[in-house]
Amino acid sequence: MNGYIPNTSDEQREMLRQSGFSSFDDLYRDVPESVRLKGLLDLPEAMSELEVRRELERLASENTVYKHIFRGAGAYRHYIPAIVDEVTGKEEFRTAYTPYQAEISQGVLQSIFEYQTDICELTGLEAANASVYDGACAAAEACEMCRDRKRSRVLVSSAVDPKIISVVRTYSFGRDTEVTLIPEKDGATDLEALKEALSEDVACVLMQQPNFYGSIEDMQAACTLAHEAGAKFVASVNPVSLAVLQSPGEYGADVAVGDGQPLGIPLSWGGPYVGFMAASEKMMRKLPGRIVGQTKDCDGRRAFVLTLQAREQHIRREKASSNICSNEALCAMRTAVYLAAMGPEGLRQAALQSSSKAHYLQEQLEAAGFKKAFEGREFFHEFVTESDRSAELLAALKSDGILGGLPLDERRILWCATEMNTRDEIEKVAAIAKEVSRS
Amino acid sequence: MKLIFERSREGRGTAYLPACDVPEKLPACPLREKAPRLAEVPETEVDRHYSELASQTHGVNKGFYPLGSCTMKYNPAINEYAASLPGFTDIHPLQDEDTVKGAAELAERLEKYLAEITGMDAVTLQPAAGAHGEFTGLLLIKAYHRSCGNTQRRKIIVPDSAHGTNPASAAMAGFEVVSIASDEHGCVDLDALRAAVGEDTAGLMLTNPNTVGLFDPNILEITSIVHEAGGLCYYDGANLNAVMGIVRPGDMGFDVVHVNLHKTFSTPHGGGGPGSGPVGCRQFLARFLPHTGSAESIGDVRSFMGNFLVAVKAFTYILSIGAEGVPLAASNAVLNANYMRVKLADIYPMAYDTVCMHEFVMSLEKLHHEYGVSALDVAKAMLDHGIHPPTMYFPLIVHEALMVEPTETETKETLDEAVEILRGIYDAAVSDPASMHEMPLNTSVRRLDEVGAARNPVVRYQF
Amino acid sequence: MNFPNDLKYTKTHEWVKFEDEKTAYVGISDYAQDALGDLVFVNLPEEGDEVVSGEAFADVESVKAVSDVNSPVTGTVAEVNEELADEPQKMNEEPYAAWFVKVTGISGCDELMDAAAYEEYVKTCE
Repeated sequence: MNGYIPNTSDEQREMLRQSGFSSFDDLYRDVPESVRLKGLLDLPEAMSELEVRRELERLASENTVYKHIFRGAGAYRHYIPAIVDEVTGKEEFRTAYTPYQAEISQGVLQSIFEYQTDICELTGLEAANASVYDGACAAAEACEMCRDRKRSRVLVSSAVDPKIISVVRTYSFGRDTEVTLIPEKDGATDLEALKEALSEDVACVLMQQPNFYGSIEDMQAACTLAHEAGAKFVASVNPVSLAVLQSPGEYGADVAVGDGQPLGIPLSWGGPYVGFMAASEKMMRKLPGRIVGQTKDCDGRRAFVLTLQAREQHIRREKASSNICSNEALCAMRTAVYLAAMGPEGLRQAALQSSSKAHYLQEQLEAAGFKKAFEGREFFHEFVTESDRSAELLAALKSDGILGGLPLDERRILWCATEMNTRDEIEKVAAIAKEVSRS
Repeated sequence: MKLIFERSREGRGTAYLPACDVPEKLPACPLREKAPRLAEVPETEVDRHYSELASQTHGVNKGFYPLGSCTMKYNPAINEYAASLPGFTDIHPLQDEDTVKGAAELAERLEKYLAEITGMDAVTLQPAAGAHGEFTGLLLIKAYHRSCGNTQRRKIIVPDSAHGTNPASAAMAGFEVVSIASDEHGCVDLDALRAAVGEDTAGLMLTNPNTVGLFDPNILEITSIVHEAGGLCYYDGANLNAVMGIVRPGDMGFDVVHVNLHKTFSTPHGGGGPGSGPVGCRQFLARFLPHTGSAESIGDVRSFMGNFLVAVKAFTYILSIGAEGVPLAASNAVLNANYMRVKLADIYPMAYDTVCMHEFVMSLEKLHHEYGVSALDVAKAMLDHGIHPPTMYFPLIVHEALMVEPTETETKETLDEAVEILRGIYDAAVSDPASMHEMPLNTSVRRLDEVGAARNPVVRYQF
Repeated sequence: MNFPNDLKYTKTHEWVKFEDEKTAYVGISDYAQDALGDLVFVNLPEEGDEVVSGEAFADVESVKAVSDVNSPVTGTVAEVNEELADEPQKMNEEPYAAWFVKVTGISGCDELMDAAAYEEYVKTCE
């Protein structure tokens, strides 16, 4: 292998000569001799493509690909229509840079504009950006959007995904701002505690719907409390659930964020995913990162372009609200293609079936002795069971090739079901659970 | 062309899911009143819609893309194959460790290779892009100074030629930014640096080669000035492609580094991501790295381990080119840039007329002054020739800048052709300057009203 | 280029129009808007904010740049011209009508120029 260098050694020598250099060394004359590497780095020797393929196939084969997955907790397996890979694999999309030159980037720009529209529709808000790194980063950026000189403290519900809380904390460590956790009560945010914690220095309240335990929160009530105290309300939401659940716009959220992974992005051991962000029109200019806008070209044709750029780091430098430039454009496109293919009815089906199967699974597990935690809490497609046989159940499922729910501690398991899980599969889990309970 | 929403007709679509085989049930809670207005289009329409969009998009695998500071090298097909293996795409991030041994081995080996290439001791793959890596690296510096009780070290020094992310990242990490002017060669002014460092210095952020495409010959002195003042040195790996396998940031005296897998390690940029910005550091900073669970860790900068599939592609690339290929790629990137530079320098004055690294900056100030033809005009004219223009108006310290980075994966003929096109554009600019403001003529749309777009932002389809 | 006589000007190209000793309107000059090009947005302070002479209190955006606007006076923002957010072109079209803020309780100001002195000063800026 030659490092994907097309020019032959002879051609390289000729090019050196024409450029006035005697050797490759001559090109590096400014590099201090004392630190120039004298030999090769300690890296493997180049491999042929056939050898590379074998090695990568070996590594891939050493991972267990579960056919039956009942685990979510921030990464969800949904059906991905074949057209999604087909479309987003096109090399024009795959190998383009950020669309700085609008005249030859209308394809990417329009796709982002359509994605922004999809996100606005799902969240019920007026403006969306071109994406950020993932749902947790979107939540952290949303908190930054709400902060100003007078209000810098952020209230985060303890029922938010701990990974999101961790990232919000990291970003706050950067800005030297404060994060206060609001306790949970029976698997949902303690709204009484939230009310007490709200004060004049609170920038925003961050809650998740459905929350980390899959429970439905009273977002309307929480949002009203936040607004009454002069704080903003940030909703972290699951995009599939938005086909059926009340949208952030409907309950009055100022910013809605989430991870677009459930919309056509494979599990991929955690990434790349895509963080979406939508805001009320009033907060549009506070959105971080790229935003595509509609305009006209000099011949009057409709066209799309990166807009509101003066908010961004390349212009505002240290005064920019965020440093983000590269985002997750191709993943955003995946979600847009997924939504176009599925359509409103397809997405509703995915949501309805996920909820239905999770409820069926919950009933079956309950009957098998795995009691639902947080009794009476409504849930969407995730829920928690409690039992002293949790570890045994997960082990039994694993030996049957089933990825069970996520163990939260010794007793509790966070389960998830989607349209991918069949009735037979669910009943099999229940049968194994029954056996574990009995033994 | 039509938007996907304009192709929509009520009731159309493709059903992908089977009927529900359990009783239907939704939670008893407020449901949405108004369904989202997603497009209702059959799959044929989806396919054609995106094919048309693709035809209006320029990617590096389609044509030359000498976009300075972005390292648009060819994205090998084998990378894509590797990243599409179900053993990588279909594993859940919260699976038990004993079920993801292959993925873990890949991640660990990639970390080791990147540590070797950068001369660092430890690497995290969690940051999702270059800017994210900068933020992460700066938080390591912040955590380090705090652990030493040096909370007064609040200033990060950044050259005025730096990419905008550097000061923006420093601000996000809670630092005050001190900008220092570059010297007449576009390099760090040592006296300015000496004057800037002190008790309050947290560190210095630098690219080397720098943003004007030059290798700063004083690099060892620069890093030692910062170290002697008690600061740390951050290496922005945006330009690592010029020197990988030739010289290592660690050996130049840097303490923290980020690399852009989507630039240097041939993973595609996807029209704006996903990228990946792994961060390497020296041993004394390793305990602060993200996503380790250690008490001193800065926490997480995103969910899960990072952009894993991007890591798979970079790993595949390193295996493909191997120890020998790494410096070969670098030196050919430098050769290609110098080859183009020399062939253009007589008509397009170089901002710094000396040997360059993987990219060079031309200043069109004279052309602009004498003929009214700007860097923007020249860039737009290139669009009609199927070449993606160079980076415009960056770095900010050069007027009417065009920054050209051909990369190592281009043939001599491609470079010759681009030189001819640029020379032709120059001739046209001199003979008929007015025509230059009309370019491009043959793209799917022509120059846009950017002012209108920003004054009255329309950022979603109006149903 | 236009330099109304009833205004005072700063070296950083803001204008100030005093209603009385303690009250004034502030905006950017014709020269400033011309040099900045098509303006697309302005970030304004809030009512009640303190402004200090010689320090930035707002910024204006063009498509590819952002520039600070300094306050010529020290005082309190009494009113903000919200119209500019919807119609940023007013800053280009009618720079002397497009006031940014009304400042009250003025306790000090920069060294200000009258129209004739500013016109001379502008010549040295080109």
